[in-house]
Amino acid sequence: MQRFLNNPDDLVDETVAGFVKAHRDLVHLSPENPRVVVSNAAPKAGRVGIVTGGGSGHEPAFIGYTGRNLVDAVAVGEIFSSPTAKSFADAIKAANGGAGVAVLYGNYAGDNMNVKMAARMVAKEGIEVATVVANDDVCSAPLAEREKRRGVAGEIFMWKIGGAKAAAGGTLAEVQAAAQKAIDACRSVGVGLGPCTLPAVGHPNFQIAPGMMEVGIGHHGEPGARVEPLRTANEVADDMLKIVMDDHALPAGSEVAVLVSGLGATPVNELYVLYDRIESGLVGMGMKVHRAFVGNYFTSLEMVGATLTVMALDSELKALLDVDCASPAL
Amino acid sequence: MGALGHLASGPGFWPTASMTEFSAHHLVDLFRLFALRLAEARIDLGALDGAIGDADHGNSMAEGFAAVVRATLAAPQDLPGPLMAVAARSFLSAVGATTGPLYASALQAGSRRLGERASFGPEDVAALVGAFADGIAHRGNARPGDKTMMDVWFPAARAVAEAARSGASPLEQLRQAERAAAEGREATRAMIAAVGRAARLGPRSLGHVDPGAASAAILISALREWLEAQVGDPPMGRIG
Repeated sequence: MQRFLNNPDDLVDETVAGFVKAHRDLVHLSPENPRVVVSNAAPKAGRVGIVTGGGSGHEPAFIGYTGRNLVDAVAVGEIFSSPTAKSFADAIKAANGGAGVAVLYGNYAGDNMNVKMAARMVAKEGIEVATVVANDDVCSAPLAEREKRRGVAGEIFMWKIGGAKAAAGGTLAEVQAAAQKAIDACRSVGVGLGPCTLPAVGHPNFQIAPGMMEVGIGHHGEPGARVEPLRTANEVADDMLKIVMDDHALPAGSEVAVLVSGLGATPVNELYVLYDRIESGLVGMGMKVHRAFVGNYFTSLEMVGATLTVMALDSELKALLDVDCASPAL
Repeated sequence: MGALGHLASGPGFWPTASMTEFSAHHLVDLFRLFALRLAEARIDLGALDGAIGDADHGNSMAEGFAAVVRATLAAPQDLPGPLMAVAARSFLSAVGATTGPLYASALQAGSRRLGERASFGPEDVAALVGAFADGIAHRGNARPGDKTMMDVWFPAARAVAEAARSGASPLEQLRQAERAAAEGREATRAMIAAVGRAARLGPRSLGHVDPGAASAAILISALREWLEAQVGDPPMGRIG
């Protein structure tokens, strides 16, 4: 693949530089740390701060969700690599309005370690930190071992709900509980049709053969549950929906929010083709779709493929999901 | 001429181990050697990591220890133990992923080993291998065979402990550690990554040396090289 690239080593810095220029109405770079993006609305005195962070290459995640009533500060890592503990700590400080900070992030070894160390660093300054670890990727571990599952696009719903709860004046414990409830209500699955290449590596470190698809693939190309011949969009959509809803086991009549995200190189029109079938399937199961999001919300460089996330809604989650917000991505 | 000239000056040129005490300045010098050897290996480590990871391991390690050298040079700290704690913090600020916290924990454990003493000796340099291994094991979840840096740190720490029990000198302990480290590094070739970034490749990681194991072996070699330069005692038949 041909790329718009200067020096691969500068890619993350240049991405962040362009991002804060393009969205200066909503975000700015931390003056303390060039790997921390801060919402112009943060910090809010007396309100719980919301922080996330993760590797680069998932744009618009994670930085794109920085904004009003959403994420207050984001720690930026190298491509597909956890940010430093220092960056997480600086993001926590930037988001701190005196009522504690909720760090809502995905279940990856590096992020787990760095967030834990960051929490210890800011504790010395009297900042209280609560964490919620997203684990919505169904195929990454069995339901009985949910704590081993990775976090994927369900994180967006977790941030949305956590940010709305904080905006409503929730305490740190309440924000943590709402974000936990949100991620507990999410199930996601990814299907990959083509690999991605880390620009510094120059070749994909996994392959998906022509005519094949990888069902259950992770956000960095983690191996899926099945590698099998590519089928029609409707059959793939049915398969994705079945994986997610079998794990969910929701009663008929449930209300849901649906997110279909491209993985980077899949045209957006194909995402709508998938969504058309997914919504029909949900309705056929007796579900009511309260809101749908279709587009490139959480990508993996130029991976070809898509993820489906279904969040089960109760009245609290529904109300929080509908709270107004403003960020570059949502 | 240089190296041979030194050797020609005979055993009397080298201070004996029991007399040797190191200061905080020596510790900075040790970190400088870590940084130098990692900088030299930057491209090779990147290539190893490119095969099964994201190709940045060489950069991360080299930049991490370069940051350690800068921070420890600038720190107004005369005690080696607390200075190693400065090193831990600077590594953590410079490096993300799992590498940052793991080596920060290693350096923290090294700092505890050196304590608040005014100086440290060759036995402490050898014991850093075990301290680093403990620090990494405490922070991470990897077990032997998972194809990580622990497949080098565990056997190297064991080699130091065994050599120490048999009465070997600190330098000899580190030579044993270096051998165990090289074997551990090569053994990762036959392993399937179970944790960390390469785990996503599953069986596709087979046949590749783990970059974290390779950089761990470089650090252990550097410990041996540094102590050898300080206390002499080159093995028979070995020059330079």
